[in-house]
Amino acid sequence: MCGITGLFLKNRALTKNLGALFEPMLLQMSQRGPDSAGFAIYRNPTSMNSIKVVLQSCELSFDWQELAMELKASLDPDLTFTPIHNHCLMLVAADETALNRELLRALAALQGERGSSPVSIVSIGRHIEIYKEIGTPQAVAESFGLHEMAGSHAIGHTRMATESAVTTAGSHPFSTGRDVCLVHNGSLSNHNQLRRKLISQGAVFSTDNDTEVAAQYFDIKLQQGASLEEAMTAALGDLDGFYTFCIGTSNGFAVLRDPIACKPAVMAETDDWVAIGSEFRALAELPNIDHARIWEPEPAVPYLWENALDVPDADTRAQR
Amino acid sequence: MEQLFDLAQTPLRELNQALHDCLPDAAESVWRIVNPKGEHAVACGIDTPADVQIQGHVGYYCAGMNKQAHVVIHGNAGTGVAENMMSGLVRVKGNASQSAGATGHGGLLVIEGNAAARCGISLKGLDIVVRGSVGHMSGFMAQRGSLVICGDAGHALGDSIYEAKIFLKGKAQELGADCVEKELAEEHLTFLAALLESAEVDADASDFRRYGSARCLYHFDIDNADAYA
Repeated sequence: MCGITGLFLKNRALTKNLGALFEPMLLQMSQRGPDSAGFAIYRNPTSMNSIKVVLQSCELSFDWQELAMELKASLDPDLTFTPIHNHCLMLVAADETALNRELLRALAALQGERGSSPVSIVSIGRHIEIYKEIGTPQAVAESFGLHEMAGSHAIGHTRMATESAVTTAGSHPFSTGRDVCLVHNGSLSNHNQLRRKLISQGAVFSTDNDTEVAAQYFDIKLQQGASLEEAMTAALGDLDGFYTFCIGTSNGFAVLRDPIACKPAVMAETDDWVAIGSEFRALAELPNIDHARIWEPEPAVPYLWENALDVPDADTRAQR
Repeated sequence: MEQLFDLAQTPLRELNQALHDCLPDAAESVWRIVNPKGEHAVACGIDTPADVQIQGHVGYYCAGMNKQAHVVIHGNAGTGVAENMMSGLVRVKGNASQSAGATGHGGLLVIEGNAAARCGISLKGLDIVVRGSVGHMSGFMAQRGSLVICGDAGHALGDSIYEAKIFLKGKAQELGADCVEKELAEEHLTFLAALLESAEVDADASDFRRYGSARCLYHFDIDNADAYA
């Protein structure tokens, strides 16, 4: 099964309540995906010369300070970090290449000490933050304080695993490229073949999960210069299987259903917001839903909303 | 007499149990259901001539297996509305998601908006009237009953259809395997006009085309006798 949810705000006045509006949507999808959950929240864009990274550790008591000190020494003395449950948000004045290089070096050093790395990268970008974990959607939302988060748009997922193990890495959203993330309800039947093709184009995979293949596919298409709409149209020919996808980008979100359209989706729009849910009940508590335009997205038709609002930094928990 | 069930207060099972326990003479009353908020299986398995009015949008399988009752959904319906209904009337004032009226045996299902994919899949005697359009694979393997579409139809309309009748006013993107246009004879006009009237849908029967099975698919042919020797 799996449940997907997405909320894109058009009214600036609502951005401070994004988490409060989005959390009930995610929790309503608990029956569709009780084993793990996650969400991508787009907020607090960094300045042009800095970047956000969200890291995840399998150890709840992991010492983020130590890792931060190392990155301060090699990248940016003013780096800030905010531990959130077993994740950590870091804000670094560096370009993505340097950040990746130094992070991989630091993680390899940690792996050397312990045999396997206790830390992995969840998301990188100027806008995106992904938080995901095994457990019920309610437990996951509470662990990360989703309810209190402000932002411009959010994409969420509740998972009932079918194609790979129930792990944090196998949870959605999947982010493979800067500010891009993907959630998926369904299963892809040609993911092994497509994975081999993408590896030959330089993709590096961290799971056996079919959705990661789709995420990498979109990332590579976008890197090659395709627009999101072009990438989605190409995906209709290249991805085989069942899917309702919701894709988040720095300035918007998109929805795509396979041509057979077995996997459900309902969308609603008012002057203030656009939302998607696997089922209507995910949308039932949104403000002014009684006057929303409600429809089922057509099979094999890309739907896109762009021009997200800028949501300024309101987070005061960052440490130096 | 009117009974009010607020699903924000009353558990769904309590409502469905009350509908199941309802005696025929008590069924005359109106059952008004508010705050369905997309819940699944609202008003399923009724077997009395109750008048059920649902105010809002419902989730999956609303009014499934319905017998005798008149169920009106003042909103949209999720997957499989009125699936396997036996008799009575189910009316959706808004749109219906996929597989509306699936495997329905009897009665009348009216969808005042559009229906999504697979409307009337495996129909077994139910009549469905859609005021809007239907999605792909509608009427797939439909055996008996009728599917009336006042708008357009998606791909593969009536694919592998048996003896159900399809009446289409608009255009089909494509007919499914073994589905062909057939003559709209006087008996069909009379049948369709009566059906449109009971569905309270204002349309002229003579504007429709009739589709049905060419009866060629997987049909035994004497030339294939060797395959069974």
